[in-house]
Amino acid sequence: MTSAAVPRPAGSHFGYRFSLVGIAAFAVILAWVIVSLFAPILIPHPVGEIVGSDYFEPISGDAWLGTDYLGRDMLSRVLMGARYTVGISLAAVVIACLSGISLGMTAAASGGLVDMFLSRFLDAMSSIPSKLFGLVVVAAVGSSIPVLILTLAVIYIPGAYRFSRALAVNVNTMDFMTVARTRGEGTLYLIGAEILPNIIRPVLADLGLRFVFIVLLLSGLSFLGLGLQPPYADWGALVRENIGGLPFAAPAVIVPSLAIASLTISVNLLIDNLPHKIRDRNA
Amino acid sequence: MNTLIATLILHRLAIAIITLLIVSFAVFFATSLLPGDTATILLGQAATPEAVAGLREAMHLNDPAILRFLRWILGLFQGDLGTSYANKMPVAALVGGRFVNTLKLAGITTLVSLPLALTLGITAAMLRGTLYDRIVTVLSIGVISIPEFMVATTAVLLFAVYLRWLPALSLANNVHSFADAVRIYAMPVITLTFVVSAQMIRMTRAAVIETLDTAYVEMARLKGASRGRLVLKHALPNALGPIVNAVALSLSYLIGGVIIVETIFNYPGIAKLMVDAVATRDLPLIQSCAMIFCLGYLILITAADIVAIVSNPRLR
Repeated sequence: MTSAAVPRPAGSHFGYRFSLVGIAAFAVILAWVIVSLFAPILIPHPVGEIVGSDYFEPISGDAWLGTDYLGRDMLSRVLMGARYTVGISLAAVVIACLSGISLGMTAAASGGLVDMFLSRFLDAMSSIPSKLFGLVVVAAVGSSIPVLILTLAVIYIPGAYRFSRALAVNVNTMDFMTVARTRGEGTLYLIGAEILPNIIRPVLADLGLRFVFIVLLLSGLSFLGLGLQPPYADWGALVRENIGGLPFAAPAVIVPSLAIASLTISVNLLIDNLPHKIRDRNA
Repeated sequence: MNTLIATLILHRLAIAIITLLIVSFAVFFATSLLPGDTATILLGQAATPEAVAGLREAMHLNDPAILRFLRWILGLFQGDLGTSYANKMPVAALVGGRFVNTLKLAGITTLVSLPLALTLGITAAMLRGTLYDRIVTVLSIGVISIPEFMVATTAVLLFAVYLRWLPALSLANNVHSFADAVRIYAMPVITLTFVVSAQMIRMTRAAVIETLDTAYVEMARLKGASRGRLVLKHALPNALGPIVNAVALSLSYLIGGVIIVETIFNYPGIAKLMVDAVATRDLPLIQSCAMIFCLGYLILITAADIVAIVSNPRLR
Protein backbone atom coordinates (compact mmCIF):
# COMPACT_ATOMS: atom_id res chain seq x y z
CA MET A 1 0.00 0.00 0.00
CA THR A 2 2.88 2.36 -0.61
CA SER A 3 0.76 3.95 -3.33
CA ALA A 4 -1.95 4.97 -0.88
CA ALA A 5 -1.24 8.65 -1.38
CA VAL A 6 -1.50 8.62 -5.15
CA PRO A 7 -5.23 9.15 -5.87
CA ARG A 8 -5.33 12.18 -3.68
CA PRO A 9 -3.62 14.51 -6.09
CA ALA A 10 -4.74 17.19 -3.72
CA GLY A 11 -1.85 16.32 -1.47
CA SER A 12 -1.26 19.47 0.48
CA HIS A 13 2.44 19.34 -0.33
CA PHE A 14 1.60 21.12 -3.58
CA GLY A 15 1.02 24.16 -1.41
CA TYR A 16 -2.36 25.31 -2.80
CA ARG A 17 -5.37 26.60 -0.95
CA PHE A 18 -8.49 24.50 -0.80
CA SER A 19 -12.14 25.35 -0.48
CA LEU A 20 -14.14 24.08 2.48
CA VAL A 21 -15.96 21.50 0.33
CA GLY A 22 -12.63 20.23 -0.91
CA ILE A 23 -11.34 19.80 2.63
CA ALA A 24 -14.52 18.02 3.73
CA ALA A 25 -14.32 15.69 0.74
CA PHE A 26 -10.67 15.02 1.49
CA ALA A 27 -11.57 14.19 5.09
CA VAL A 28 -14.14 11.61 3.97
CA ILE A 29 -11.64 9.97 1.61
CA LEU A 30 -8.96 9.97 4.30
CA ALA A 31 -11.41 8.38 6.74
CA TRP A 32 -12.16 5.55 4.29
CA VAL A 33 -8.46 4.99 3.67
CA ILE A 34 -7.81 4.76 7.41
CA VAL A 35 -10.77 2.40 7.79
CA SER A 36 -9.51 0.16 5.01
CA LEU A 37 -6.01 0.08 6.49
CA PHE A 38 -7.10 -0.68 10.05
CA ALA A 39 -10.42 -2.47 9.47
CA PRO A 40 -9.44 -5.65 11.38
CA ILE A 41 -8.77 -3.58 14.51
CA LEU A 42 -11.84 -1.39 14.13
CA ILE A 43 -14.57 -3.96 13.60
CA PRO A 44 -16.71 -4.65 16.69
CA HIS A 45 -17.49 -8.26 15.68
CA PRO A 46 -15.67 -10.77 13.47
CA VAL A 47 -17.15 -10.50 9.93
CA GLY A 48 -18.45 -14.06 9.86
CA GLU A 49 -19.98 -14.05 13.35
CA ILE A 50 -23.75 -14.13 13.65
CA VAL A 51 -24.64 -11.57 16.29
CA GLY A 52 -28.34 -10.93 15.87
CA SER A 53 -31.13 -13.31 16.72
CA ASP A 54 -32.89 -12.25 13.52
CA TYR A 55 -31.90 -11.31 9.97
CA PHE A 56 -32.26 -7.78 8.57
CA GLU A 57 -32.48 -6.28 12.04
CA PRO A 58 -32.84 -2.52 12.15
CA ILE A 59 -30.25 -0.24 13.74
CA SER A 60 -29.75 -1.04 17.42
CA GLY A 61 -27.31 -0.35 20.22
CA ASP A 62 -25.67 -3.73 19.73
CA ALA A 63 -25.50 -3.72 15.93
CA TRP A 64 -25.07 -0.06 15.02
CA LEU A 65 -26.01 -0.57 11.39
CA GLY A 66 -28.36 -3.50 11.89
CA THR A 67 -27.70 -7.05 10.74
CA ASP A 68 -27.49 -8.63 7.31
CA TYR A 69 -29.44 -11.47 5.71
CA LEU A 70 -27.76 -14.02 7.99
CA GLY A 71 -27.86 -11.89 11.11
CA ARG A 72 -24.23 -10.78 10.91
CA ASP A 73 -23.14 -7.36 12.14
CA MET A 74 -23.46 -4.93 9.22
CA LEU A 75 -21.04 -2.32 10.59
CA SER A 76 -18.21 -4.85 10.68
CA ARG A 77 -19.01 -6.03 7.18
CA VAL A 78 -19.09 -2.53 5.74
CA LEU A 79 -15.80 -1.63 7.44
CA MET A 80 -14.16 -4.77 6.07
CA GLY A 81 -15.79 -4.16 2.68
CA ALA A 82 -13.94 -0.85 2.51
CA ARG A 83 -10.71 -2.82 2.33
CA TYR A 84 -11.75 -4.61 -0.82
CA THR A 85 -13.49 -1.73 -2.57
CA VAL A 86 -10.74 0.80 -1.83
CA GLY A 87 -7.84 -1.65 -2.11
CA ILE A 88 -8.84 -3.30 -5.39
CA SER A 89 -9.83 -0.02 -7.01
CA LEU A 90 -6.63 1.65 -5.87
CA ALA A 91 -4.46 -1.16 -7.21
CA ALA A 92 -6.37 -1.15 -10.50
CA VAL A 93 -6.22 2.61 -10.94
CA VAL A 94 -2.48 2.69 -10.23
CA ILE A 95 -1.80 -0.04 -12.79
CA ALA A 96 -4.15 1.53 -15.35
CA CYS A 97 -2.64 5.00 -15.00
CA LEU A 98 0.99 3.87 -14.85
CA SER A 99 0.61 1.85 -18.05
CA GLY A 100 -1.70 4.31 -19.78
CA ILE A 101 0.51 7.28 -19.03
CA SER A 102 3.75 5.53 -19.98
CA LEU A 103 2.21 4.38 -23.26
CA GLY A 104 0.73 7.83 -23.89
CA MET A 105 4.04 9.59 -23.35
CA THR A 106 5.88 7.00 -25.42
CA ALA A 107 3.41 7.46 -28.27
CA ALA A 108 3.74 11.24 -28.12
CA ALA A 109 7.54 11.18 -27.91
CA SER A 110 8.01 8.57 -30.64
CA GLY A 111 5.27 9.67 -33.04
CA GLY A 112 4.90 7.95 -36.42
CA LEU A 113 3.97 4.29 -36.60
CA VAL A 114 4.26 3.59 -32.86
CA ASP A 115 1.82 6.40 -32.16
CA MET A 116 -0.60 5.33 -34.88
CA PHE A 117 -0.60 1.68 -33.91
CA LEU A 118 -1.03 2.37 -30.19
CA SER A 119 -3.76 4.95 -30.73
CA ARG A 120 -5.75 2.80 -33.14
CA PHE A 121 -5.52 -0.26 -30.93
CA LEU A 122 -6.41 1.49 -27.68
CA ASP A 123 -9.28 3.37 -29.36
CA ALA A 124 -10.69 0.04 -30.43
CA MET A 125 -10.30 -1.23 -26.86
CA SER A 126 -12.28 1.71 -25.57
CA SER A 127 -15.16 0.89 -27.93
CA ILE A 128 -16.01 -2.10 -25.80
CA PRO A 129 -18.51 -1.01 -23.15
CA SER A 130 -16.75 -1.38 -19.79
CA LYS A 131 -19.33 -3.56 -18.03
CA LEU A 132 -19.47 -5.84 -21.03
CA PHE A 133 -15.69 -6.23 -21.07
CA GLY A 134 -15.84 -7.12 -17.39
CA LEU A 135 -18.58 -9.69 -18.04
CA VAL A 136 -16.68 -11.37 -20.85
CA VAL A 137 -13.42 -11.57 -18.91
CA VAL A 138 -15.13 -12.90 -15.81
CA ALA A 139 -16.86 -15.50 -17.98
CA ALA A 140 -13.50 -16.47 -19.45
CA VAL A 141 -11.13 -16.56 -16.48
CA GLY A 142 -13.28 -16.31 -13.37
CA SER A 143 -13.11 -13.53 -10.83
CA SER A 144 -10.25 -13.88 -8.39
CA ILE A 145 -8.89 -10.68 -6.87
CA PRO A 146 -5.82 -10.45 -9.17
CA VAL A 147 -8.01 -11.05 -12.25
CA LEU A 148 -10.42 -8.35 -11.10
CA ILE A 149 -7.61 -5.86 -10.55
CA LEU A 150 -6.08 -6.57 -13.95
CA THR A 151 -9.43 -6.45 -15.76
CA LEU A 152 -10.38 -3.14 -14.20
CA ALA A 153 -6.92 -1.81 -15.03
CA VAL A 154 -7.06 -2.95 -18.65
CA ILE A 155 -10.50 -1.37 -19.11
CA TYR A 156 -9.23 2.04 -18.02
CA ILE A 157 -5.83 2.03 -19.75
CA PRO A 158 -7.23 3.50 -23.01
CA GLY A 159 -8.73 6.48 -21.20
CA ALA A 160 -5.53 7.21 -19.28
CA TYR A 161 -3.57 6.77 -22.50
CA ARG A 162 -5.71 9.15 -24.51
CA PHE A 163 -5.62 11.80 -21.77
CA SER A 164 -1.86 11.72 -21.18
CA ARG A 165 -1.06 11.45 -24.88
CA ALA A 166 -3.07 14.59 -25.64
CA LEU A 167 -1.15 16.46 -22.93
CA ALA A 168 2.20 15.00 -23.93
CA VAL A 169 1.70 15.90 -27.61
CA ASN A 170 1.47 19.55 -26.56
CA VAL A 171 4.65 19.33 -24.49
CA ASN A 172 6.34 17.57 -27.38
CA THR A 173 6.18 20.68 -29.56
CA MET A 174 8.06 22.80 -26.98
CA ASP A 175 11.53 24.11 -27.65
CA PHE A 176 13.10 22.32 -24.72
CA MET A 177 12.05 19.01 -26.31
CA THR A 178 13.85 19.94 -29.52
CA VAL A 179 16.89 20.91 -27.48
CA ALA A 180 16.84 17.61 -25.60
CA ARG A 181 16.46 15.68 -28.87
CA THR A 182 19.35 17.60 -30.43
CA ARG A 183 21.44 16.75 -27.38
CA GLY A 184 20.81 13.16 -28.38
CA GLU A 185 18.72 12.08 -25.40
CA GLY A 186 16.87 8.75 -25.65
CA THR A 187 13.09 8.31 -25.51
CA LEU A 188 13.26 7.11 -21.91
CA TYR A 189 14.96 10.31 -20.80
CA LEU A 190 12.60 12.48 -22.82
CA ILE A 191 9.61 10.82 -21.18
CA GLY A 192 10.90 10.79 -17.63
CA ALA A 193 12.76 14.07 -17.38
CA GLU A 194 11.04 16.36 -19.88
CA ILE A 195 7.42 15.32 -20.46
CA LEU A 196 6.36 13.80 -17.14
CA PRO A 197 7.13 16.78 -14.89
CA ASN A 198 5.08 18.98 -17.22
CA ILE A 199 1.94 16.87 -17.26
CA ILE A 200 1.99 15.30 -13.81
CA ARG A 201 -0.65 17.52 -12.17
CA PRO A 202 -3.56 17.15 -14.60
CA VAL A 203 -2.63 13.49 -14.90
CA LEU A 204 -2.99 13.01 -11.15
CA ALA A 205 -6.37 14.76 -11.14
CA ASP A 206 -7.40 12.45 -13.98
CA LEU A 207 -6.28 9.49 -11.90
CA GLY A 208 -8.77 10.51 -9.24
CA LEU A 209 -11.64 10.56 -11.75
CA ARG A 210 -10.62 7.19 -13.08
CA PHE A 211 -10.61 5.89 -9.49
CA VAL A 212 -14.29 6.85 -9.28
CA PHE A 213 -15.09 5.01 -12.53
CA ILE A 214 -13.28 1.93 -11.26
CA VAL A 215 -15.08 1.95 -7.91
CA LEU A 216 -18.40 2.21 -9.75
CA LEU A 217 -17.53 -0.57 -12.19
CA LEU A 218 -16.21 -2.87 -9.46
CA SER A 219 -19.35 -2.30 -7.40
CA GLY A 220 -21.49 -2.91 -10.47
CA LEU A 221 -19.74 -6.19 -11.27
CA SER A 222 -19.91 -7.35 -7.66
CA PHE A 223 -23.56 -6.40 -7.59
CA LEU A 224 -24.14 -8.65 -10.61
CA GLY A 225 -22.40 -11.43 -8.68
CA LEU A 226 -19.47 -11.38 -11.09
CA GLY A 227 -17.02 -9.39 -8.99
CA LEU A 228 -15.59 -10.35 -5.64
CA GLN A 229 -16.72 -13.81 -4.57
CA PRO A 230 -17.65 -14.97 -1.05
CA PRO A 231 -16.30 -15.19 1.60
CA TYR A 232 -14.89 -11.79 0.64
CA ALA A 233 -17.39 -9.02 0.14
CA ASP A 234 -16.84 -5.53 -1.16
CA TRP A 235 -19.58 -2.90 -0.96
CA GLY A 236 -21.19 -3.94 -4.25
CA ALA A 237 -21.32 -7.56 -3.10
CA LEU A 238 -22.83 -6.47 0.23
CA VAL A 239 -25.68 -4.77 -1.61
CA ARG A 240 -26.19 -7.92 -3.67
CA GLU A 241 -26.32 -10.33 -0.74
CA ASN A 242 -28.74 -8.12 1.15
CA ILE A 243 -30.97 -7.14 -1.76
CA GLY A 244 -33.66 -9.31 -0.16
CA GLY A 245 -33.93 -6.69 2.56
CA LEU A 246 -35.00 -4.02 0.11
CA PRO A 247 -38.76 -4.52 0.66
CA PHE A 248 -38.25 -3.87 4.40
CA ALA A 249 -35.88 -0.96 3.71
CA ALA A 250 -33.26 -2.78 5.81
CA PRO A 251 -30.14 -0.75 6.62
CA ALA A 252 -28.15 -3.75 5.38
CA VAL A 253 -28.94 -2.88 1.76
CA ILE A 254 -28.86 0.91 2.15
CA VAL A 255 -25.64 1.37 4.13
CA PRO A 256 -23.20 -0.20 1.63
CA SER A 257 -24.75 1.89 -1.16
CA LEU A 258 -24.28 5.00 0.94
CA ALA A 259 -20.67 3.99 1.59
CA ILE A 260 -20.00 3.78 -2.17
CA ALA A 261 -21.74 7.08 -2.77
CA SER A 262 -19.81 8.83 0.02
CA LEU A 263 -16.51 7.69 -1.47
CA THR A 264 -17.23 8.46 -5.14
CA ILE A 265 -18.98 11.76 -4.51
CA SER A 266 -16.13 12.88 -2.22
CA VAL A 267 -13.49 12.10 -4.84
CA ASN A 268 -15.54 13.95 -7.48
CA LEU A 269 -16.03 16.94 -5.19
CA LEU A 270 -12.36 16.99 -4.24
CA ILE A 271 -11.33 17.06 -7.89
CA ASP A 272 -13.92 19.71 -8.71
CA ASN A 273 -12.56 21.85 -5.90
CA LEU A 274 -8.92 21.44 -6.80
CA PRO A 275 -7.23 24.70 -7.73
CA HIS A 276 -7.42 25.28 -11.48
CA LYS A 277 -3.66 25.11 -11.77
CA ILE A 278 -3.79 21.41 -11.01
CA ARG A 279 -6.68 20.34 -13.21
CA ASP A 280 -6.37 22.46 -16.29
CA ARG A 281 -8.21 19.86 -18.36
CA ASN A 282 -11.21 17.70 -17.73
CA ALA A 283 -11.30 14.06 -18.69
CA MET B 1 -15.58 21.57 -49.18
CA ASN B 2 -18.32 18.94 -49.15
CA THR B 3 -15.91 16.32 -50.41
CA LEU B 4 -13.91 17.03 -47.27
CA ILE B 5 -16.90 16.17 -45.11
CA ALA B 6 -17.55 13.04 -47.18
CA THR B 7 -13.92 11.96 -46.80
CA LEU B 8 -13.99 12.53 -43.06
CA ILE B 9 -17.20 10.55 -42.69
CA LEU B 10 -15.88 7.69 -44.82
CA HIS B 11 -12.71 7.73 -42.74
CA ARG B 12 -14.76 7.55 -39.55
CA LEU B 13 -16.84 4.67 -40.93
CA ALA B 14 -13.68 2.80 -41.95
CA ILE B 15 -12.34 3.24 -38.41
CA ALA B 16 -15.64 1.92 -37.04
CA ILE B 17 -15.38 -1.21 -39.20
CA ILE B 18 -11.74 -1.82 -38.23
CA THR B 19 -12.71 -1.29 -34.61
CA LEU B 20 -15.53 -3.78 -34.93
CA LEU B 21 -13.07 -6.34 -36.31
CA ILE B 22 -10.63 -5.77 -33.45
CA VAL B 23 -13.49 -5.96 -30.97
CA SER B 24 -14.82 -9.22 -32.39
CA PHE B 25 -11.29 -10.59 -32.28
CA ALA B 26 -11.02 -9.58 -28.62
CA VAL B 27 -14.43 -11.05 -27.74
CA PHE B 28 -13.63 -14.31 -29.51
CA PHE B 29 -10.25 -14.77 -27.88
CA ALA B 30 -11.34 -13.66 -24.43
CA THR B 31 -14.08 -16.26 -24.50
CA SER B 32 -11.85 -18.97 -25.93
CA LEU B 33 -9.58 -18.51 -22.89
CA LEU B 34 -12.33 -20.24 -20.97
CA PRO B 35 -10.87 -23.13 -19.04
CA GLY B 36 -12.25 -26.55 -19.83
CA ASP B 37 -12.80 -28.21 -23.15
CA THR B 38 -15.98 -27.30 -25.04
CA ALA B 39 -16.64 -30.87 -26.15
CA THR B 40 -16.27 -32.16 -22.58
CA ILE B 41 -18.61 -29.45 -21.30
CA LEU B 42 -21.21 -30.36 -23.93
CA LEU B 43 -21.07 -34.10 -23.37
CA GLY B 44 -20.73 -33.99 -19.60
CA GLN B 45 -18.20 -35.63 -17.28
CA ALA B 46 -19.30 -39.19 -18.09
CA ALA B 47 -18.50 -39.05 -21.82
CA THR B 48 -15.99 -41.52 -23.26
CA PRO B 49 -12.76 -40.06 -24.66
CA GLU B 50 -13.77 -41.35 -28.12
CA ALA B 51 -17.06 -39.46 -28.04
CA VAL B 52 -15.25 -36.28 -26.94
CA ALA B 53 -12.68 -36.69 -29.71
CA GLY B 54 -15.47 -37.27 -32.24
CA LEU B 55 -17.36 -34.16 -31.19
CA ARG B 56 -14.14 -32.11 -31.23
CA GLU B 57 -13.63 -33.23 -34.80
CA ALA B 58 -17.25 -32.50 -35.76
CA MET B 59 -17.14 -29.03 -34.22
CA HIS B 60 -13.76 -28.26 -35.84
CA LEU B 61 -12.33 -27.59 -32.40
CA ASN B 62 -8.95 -28.98 -33.43
CA ASP B 63 -8.51 -26.31 -36.08
CA PRO B 64 -6.18 -23.42 -35.38
CA ALA B 65 -7.85 -20.56 -33.49
CA ILE B 66 -7.61 -18.19 -36.44
CA LEU B 67 -9.65 -20.58 -38.63
CA ARG B 68 -12.30 -20.94 -35.95
CA PHE B 69 -12.40 -17.17 -35.63
CA LEU B 70 -12.92 -16.71 -39.37
CA ARG B 71 -15.63 -19.37 -39.42
CA TRP B 72 -17.36 -17.70 -36.47
CA ILE B 73 -17.22 -14.25 -38.12
CA LEU B 74 -18.56 -15.60 -41.41
CA GLY B 75 -21.35 -17.32 -39.49
CA LEU B 76 -22.25 -14.02 -37.81
CA PHE B 77 -22.49 -12.30 -41.19
CA GLN B 78 -24.90 -14.98 -42.38
CA GLY B 79 -27.00 -14.64 -39.24
CA ASP B 80 -25.77 -17.92 -37.79
CA LEU B 81 -25.03 -17.13 -34.15
CA GLY B 82 -24.25 -20.70 -33.14
CA THR B 83 -25.94 -23.03 -30.68
CA SER B 84 -26.30 -22.42 -26.98
CA TYR B 85 -24.37 -24.87 -24.77
CA ALA B 86 -26.90 -24.70 -21.97
CA ASN B 87 -30.10 -25.73 -23.73
CA LYS B 88 -28.96 -26.69 -27.25
CA MET B 89 -31.18 -24.06 -28.85
CA PRO B 90 -29.97 -21.83 -31.69
CA VAL B 91 -28.64 -18.60 -30.17
CA ALA B 92 -30.56 -16.56 -32.72
CA ALA B 93 -33.85 -17.95 -31.38
CA LEU B 94 -32.86 -17.19 -27.77
CA VAL B 95 -31.67 -13.69 -28.60
CA GLY B 96 -34.50 -12.60 -30.90
CA GLY B 97 -37.38 -11.92 -28.51
CA ARG B 98 -35.06 -10.74 -25.74
CA PHE B 99 -33.48 -8.25 -28.10
CA VAL B 100 -36.89 -6.76 -28.92
CA ASN B 101 -37.62 -6.43 -25.19
CA THR B 102 -34.36 -4.57 -24.62
CA LEU B 103 -35.02 -2.32 -27.60
CA LYS B 104 -38.46 -1.49 -26.17
CA LEU B 105 -36.91 -0.58 -22.84
CA ALA B 106 -34.22 1.52 -24.51
CA GLY B 107 -36.73 3.16 -26.83
CA ILE B 108 -39.13 4.16 -24.06
CA THR B 109 -36.24 5.44 -21.96
CA THR B 110 -35.04 7.55 -24.88
CA LEU B 111 -38.52 8.96 -25.44
CA VAL B 112 -38.80 9.94 -21.78
CA SER B 113 -35.27 11.15 -21.13
CA LEU B 114 -34.66 13.09 -24.33
CA PRO B 115 -37.20 15.90 -23.81
CA LEU B 116 -36.59 15.90 -20.06
CA ALA B 117 -32.81 16.12 -20.28
CA LEU B 118 -32.77 18.63 -23.13
CA THR B 119 -35.19 20.93 -21.33
CA LEU B 120 -33.25 20.74 -18.08
CA GLY B 121 -29.86 21.06 -19.79
CA ILE B 122 -30.81 24.03 -21.96
CA THR B 123 -32.69 25.90 -19.24
CA ALA B 124 -29.84 25.31 -16.79
CA ALA B 125 -27.43 26.78 -19.33
CA MET B 126 -29.73 29.78 -19.90
CA LEU B 127 -30.01 30.42 -16.17
CA ARG B 128 -26.37 29.74 -15.49
CA GLY B 129 -25.24 30.58 -11.98
CA THR B 130 -28.74 30.69 -10.53
CA LEU B 131 -29.98 28.43 -7.75
CA TYR B 132 -31.93 26.41 -10.35
CA ASP B 133 -28.78 25.78 -12.37
CA ARG B 134 -26.84 24.79 -9.27
CA ILE B 135 -29.52 22.32 -8.17
CA VAL B 136 -29.66 20.71 -11.62
CA THR B 137 -25.87 20.50 -11.79
CA VAL B 138 -25.41 19.06 -8.31
CA LEU B 139 -28.18 16.49 -8.86
CA SER B 140 -26.76 15.34 -12.18
CA ILE B 141 -23.23 15.05 -10.75
CA GLY B 142 -24.73 13.14 -7.84
CA VAL B 143 -26.46 10.63 -10.12
CA ILE B 144 -23.30 10.18 -12.20
CA SER B 145 -21.20 9.54 -9.09
CA ILE B 146 -23.30 6.69 -7.75
CA PRO B 147 -23.58 3.18 -9.17
CA GLU B 148 -26.63 2.42 -11.35
CA PHE B 149 -27.86 -0.21 -8.94
CA MET B 150 -28.10 2.44 -6.25
CA VAL B 151 -30.38 4.53 -8.45
CA ALA B 152 -32.46 1.40 -8.97
CA THR B 153 -32.62 0.43 -5.30
CA THR B 154 -33.49 4.00 -4.34
CA ALA B 155 -36.31 3.98 -6.91
CA VAL B 156 -37.61 0.70 -5.49
CA LEU B 157 -37.44 2.04 -1.94
CA LEU B 158 -39.27 5.18 -2.89
CA PHE B 159 -41.94 3.96 -5.31
CA ALA B 160 -42.48 0.34 -4.28
CA VAL B 161 -41.68 0.28 -0.55
CA TYR B 162 -42.69 3.67 0.81
CA LEU B 163 -45.25 4.90 -1.71
CA ARG B 164 -46.44 1.45 -2.86
CA TRP B 165 -47.27 2.71 -6.33
CA LEU B 166 -45.37 0.17 -8.36
CA PRO B 167 -44.29 -3.47 -8.24
CA ALA B 168 -40.61 -4.14 -7.61
CA LEU B 169 -40.30 -6.75 -10.39
CA SER B 170 -40.88 -6.56 -14.14
CA LEU B 171 -42.45 -9.45 -16.00
CA ALA B 172 -42.87 -8.17 -19.52
CA ASN B 173 -44.54 -11.40 -20.65
CA ASN B 174 -47.92 -10.85 -18.99
CA VAL B 175 -48.97 -7.48 -20.25
CA HIS B 176 -52.72 -7.36 -20.68
CA SER B 177 -53.56 -3.70 -20.63
CA PHE B 178 -51.94 -0.33 -20.93
CA ALA B 179 -52.01 0.06 -17.15
CA ASP B 180 -50.08 -3.21 -16.82
CA ALA B 181 -47.49 -1.97 -19.29
CA VAL B 182 -47.04 1.29 -17.40
CA ARG B 183 -46.66 -0.50 -14.07
CA ILE B 184 -44.10 -2.91 -15.50
CA TYR B 185 -41.99 -0.48 -17.45
CA ALA B 186 -42.17 2.35 -14.93
CA MET B 187 -39.40 1.28 -12.56
CA PRO B 188 -36.77 0.18 -15.12
CA VAL B 189 -37.51 3.23 -17.23
CA ILE B 190 -37.29 5.60 -14.26
CA THR B 191 -33.91 4.16 -13.29
CA LEU B 192 -32.49 4.24 -16.80
CA THR B 193 -33.86 7.72 -17.37
CA PHE B 194 -31.98 8.98 -14.33
CA VAL B 195 -28.72 7.38 -15.48
CA VAL B 196 -28.97 8.58 -19.08
CA SER B 197 -30.46 12.00 -18.37
CA ALA B 198 -27.74 12.91 -15.88
CA GLN B 199 -25.11 12.48 -18.59
CA MET B 200 -27.24 14.22 -21.20
CA ILE B 201 -28.02 17.21 -18.98
CA ARG B 202 -24.34 17.76 -18.22
CA MET B 203 -23.24 17.53 -21.84
CA THR B 204 -26.15 19.60 -23.20
CA ARG B 205 -25.57 22.30 -20.60
CA ALA B 206 -21.87 22.42 -21.49
CA ALA B 207 -22.63 22.60 -25.23
CA VAL B 208 -25.15 25.44 -24.87
CA ILE B 209 -22.92 27.39 -22.48
CA GLU B 210 -20.07 27.15 -24.95
CA THR B 211 -22.24 28.69 -27.68
CA LEU B 212 -23.62 31.34 -25.34
CA ASP B 213 -20.05 32.44 -24.68
CA THR B 214 -19.28 33.09 -28.36
CA ALA B 215 -18.82 36.54 -29.84
CA TYR B 216 -21.89 36.46 -32.09
CA VAL B 217 -24.20 35.70 -29.17
CA GLU B 218 -22.60 38.56 -27.28
CA MET B 219 -23.24 40.74 -30.34
CA ALA B 220 -26.91 39.72 -30.37
CA ARG B 221 -27.11 40.53 -26.67
CA LEU B 222 -25.60 43.97 -27.30
CA LYS B 223 -28.14 44.59 -30.05
CA GLY B 224 -30.76 44.15 -27.35
CA ALA B 225 -32.19 40.75 -28.28
CA SER B 226 -34.34 39.24 -25.56
CA ARG B 227 -33.02 36.26 -23.63
CA GLY B 228 -35.48 33.86 -25.27
CA ARG B 229 -34.61 35.10 -28.74
CA LEU B 230 -30.93 34.98 -27.89
CA VAL B 231 -31.11 31.32 -27.02
CA LEU B 232 -33.68 30.10 -29.55
CA LYS B 233 -32.61 32.15 -32.55
CA HIS B 234 -28.86 32.61 -32.09
CA ALA B 235 -27.41 30.00 -29.76
CA LEU B 236 -29.50 26.85 -30.25
CA PRO B 237 -29.12 26.39 -34.02
CA ASN B 238 -25.37 26.54 -33.55
CA ALA B 239 -25.38 24.31 -30.49
CA LEU B 240 -27.50 21.69 -32.27
CA GLY B 241 -24.51 19.68 -33.52
CA PRO B 242 -22.83 19.43 -30.09
CA ILE B 243 -26.22 18.65 -28.52
CA VAL B 244 -26.97 15.78 -30.90
CA ASN B 245 -23.42 14.57 -30.31
CA ALA B 246 -24.06 14.70 -26.55
CA VAL B 247 -27.35 12.83 -26.97
CA ALA B 248 -25.73 9.98 -28.92
CA LEU B 249 -22.91 9.72 -26.39
CA SER B 250 -25.30 9.72 -23.44
CA LEU B 251 -27.44 7.04 -25.04
CA SER B 252 -24.35 4.82 -25.06
CA TYR B 253 -24.66 4.87 -21.25
CA LEU B 254 -27.88 2.93 -21.77
CA ILE B 255 -25.75 -0.12 -22.44
CA GLY B 256 -24.05 -0.12 -19.06
CA GLY B 257 -27.30 0.84 -17.36
CA VAL B 258 -29.40 -1.78 -19.06
CA ILE B 259 -27.16 -4.60 -17.77
CA ILE B 260 -27.80 -3.56 -14.16
CA VAL B 261 -31.43 -2.59 -14.60
CA GLU B 262 -32.50 -5.79 -16.35
CA THR B 263 -30.81 -7.84 -13.63
CA ILE B 264 -32.24 -5.95 -10.68
CA PHE B 265 -35.81 -5.82 -12.06
CA ASN B 266 -35.64 -9.28 -13.58
CA TYR B 267 -36.56 -7.84 -16.96
CA PRO B 268 -36.37 -10.45 -19.75
CA GLY B 269 -34.02 -8.55 -22.03
CA ILE B 270 -30.78 -9.39 -23.74
CA ALA B 271 -28.58 -8.05 -20.95
CA LYS B 272 -30.21 -10.36 -18.41
CA LEU B 273 -29.72 -13.18 -20.91
CA MET B 274 -26.02 -12.35 -21.10
CA VAL B 275 -25.53 -12.09 -17.33
CA ASP B 276 -27.19 -15.49 -16.96
CA ALA B 277 -25.03 -16.86 -19.78
CA VAL B 278 -21.93 -15.67 -17.94
CA ALA B 279 -23.11 -17.48 -14.81
CA THR B 280 -23.57 -20.73 -16.78
CA ARG B 281 -20.54 -20.01 -19.01
CA ASP B 282 -22.57 -20.46 -22.16
CA LEU B 283 -19.91 -19.41 -24.65
CA PRO B 284 -21.80 -18.89 -27.96
CA LEU B 285 -24.52 -16.97 -26.16
CA ILE B 286 -21.99 -14.70 -24.43
CA GLN B 287 -20.18 -14.05 -27.71
CA SER B 288 -23.37 -13.14 -29.57
CA CYS B 289 -24.71 -10.89 -26.82
CA ALA B 290 -21.33 -9.20 -26.48
CA MET B 291 -21.20 -8.55 -30.22
CA ILE B 292 -24.74 -7.11 -30.21
CA PHE B 293 -23.85 -4.73 -27.38
CA CYS B 294 -20.55 -3.69 -28.94
CA LEU B 295 -22.28 -3.10 -32.26
CA GLY B 296 -24.94 -0.92 -30.62
CA TYR B 297 -22.31 1.01 -28.69
CA LEU B 298 -20.14 1.48 -31.76
CA ILE B 299 -23.10 2.69 -33.84
CA LEU B 300 -23.92 5.29 -31.18
CA ILE B 301 -20.40 6.65 -30.76
CA THR B 302 -19.79 6.63 -34.52
CA ALA B 303 -23.07 8.49 -35.03
CA ALA B 304 -21.93 11.00 -32.41
CA ASP B 305 -18.64 11.55 -34.24
CA ILE B 306 -20.33 11.88 -37.64
CA VAL B 307 -22.79 14.43 -36.29
CA ALA B 308 -19.85 16.35 -34.87
CA ILE B 309 -18.15 16.31 -38.28
CA VAL B 310 -21.28 17.32 -40.23
CA SER B 311 -22.23 20.10 -37.83
CA ASN B 312 -18.77 21.64 -37.64
CA PRO B 313 -19.19 24.96 -39.45
CA ARG B 314 -15.48 25.16 -40.17
CA LEU B 315 -15.85 22.20 -42.53
CA ARG B 316 -18.79 23.64 -44.43
